[in-house]
Amino acid sequence: MTPFPLKIVTPDGLIFDGQAEELVVRTTSGDLGILAGHINCVAPLGMGRATVVMEGKRRYAACIGGMVSVVNGAVTLVPTTFEWAESIDAARAEASLQRAEAILHKKDTTDTELKLAQARLHRALVRKSVASGK
Amino acid sequence: MAGVSTKEIKNRIRSMESTKQITKAMEMVAASKLRRAQAQIQNSRPYFEILRDTIDDIVENNHDFSSPYLTGRPVKKVAYIVIAGDRGLAGGYNSNVLKLALSHIGSKEAVVLPIGKKAVDFFRSKHIEILSDNYAVAADISIGGCFSVAKQLSQLFRSGQFDEVYVVYTDFVSVLSQTPAIMQLLPLVREDRKPQGVSRDFLYEPDCTEVFERIVPEYLGGILYGALCESRAAEQAARRTAMDSATSNAEDMIADLSLKFNRARQAAITQEITEIVAGS
Repeated sequence: MTPFPLKIVTPDGLIFDGQAEELVVRTTSGDLGILAGHINCVAPLGMGRATVVMEGKRRYAACIGGMVSVVNGAVTLVPTTFEWAESIDAARAEASLQRAEAILHKKDTTDTELKLAQARLHRALVRKSVASGK
Repeated sequence: MAGVSTKEIKNRIRSMESTKQITKAMEMVAASKLRRAQAQIQNSRPYFEILRDTIDDIVENNHDFSSPYLTGRPVKKVAYIVIAGDRGLAGGYNSNVLKLALSHIGSKEAVVLPIGKKAVDFFRSKHIEILSDNYAVAADISIGGCFSVAKQLSQLFRSGQFDEVYVVYTDFVSVLSQTPAIMQLLPLVREDRKPQGVSRDFLYEPDCTEVFERIVPEYLGGILYGALCESRAAEQAARRTAMDSATSNAEDMIADLSLKFNRARQAAITQEITEIVAGS
């Protein structure tokens, strides 16, 4: 397949800068697949699994927040956090999941606490499912 | 007479020496913190550059001005995020950035979100309206904190609480030079860039307003975090330089005082000998 230039950057640093053949990311309005020659486009990212195909190999990652843009064929992925499946700390995700659930089960949580806990639960679930490769 | 003055000089030398030890220690602490801050900047710089470029590209090619973030409106009130340090003894670091902020505010109606204890104290003493002092400790703010500030600001901006948002921070040019700077965050401005000559229409997914509504807070959070990283590194660099010169000043003074001390001692001995010789 024709490769296209892809850059992945997070506040923690440049994660990937090179050629890729396919990119699938979860945007706020559903999965978006990008191949070479995609029209100029910009979309905000949701929380979910990102798939990158490079040199015929398929890699998965947990990709949360931020945006993806295609400008003149160059694809830029600017998420808030981006972790390759193999570098996810599954134990930490599990602990975070349990903390979030504990907050959600409490009765006297405020609205903001509830929202934060929901977001945390969502993030933890994404991380867990990506890490386990399902 | 000579006895008193040698004792005085001795005391001064001793106090100088302890001051020197303190400044030396502060310099070393600042140097090690600076190394960490520099590494952080190095990691996050590509993120900001790419983030800014991407937003510039999108803004430049946007022909649909339905988002409130893109259209300027008559300016009644301006919001400033001012990033300064938590502690003094950092040369001109705090005063430079605060002076710049104050001169930019001028006589406009402004509201300030100070970050860092020095900034909070400064704007309080100037009686300028403060949005929130939840972010008083600059060293404690994480990236999550930046995103929640950004979210809050963009909400207030949309609801018309203020019409422009600036961030005032210190640019870490190098270890030896830091310059205070102002950046306009909202409304998103088009930078004077060369038009690329290609007509580029963008596909907004799901639509332009929605995209900007979601992306802008993220963008602001990212830029804010970048400014914070720059400021932190600049603070440590300024402190290191200030403490370095304080240490060398102390050394100079000690050398000077030692010379005086030795002279006074010599004079006292000479006097004693003269007295003995005269007496015999």
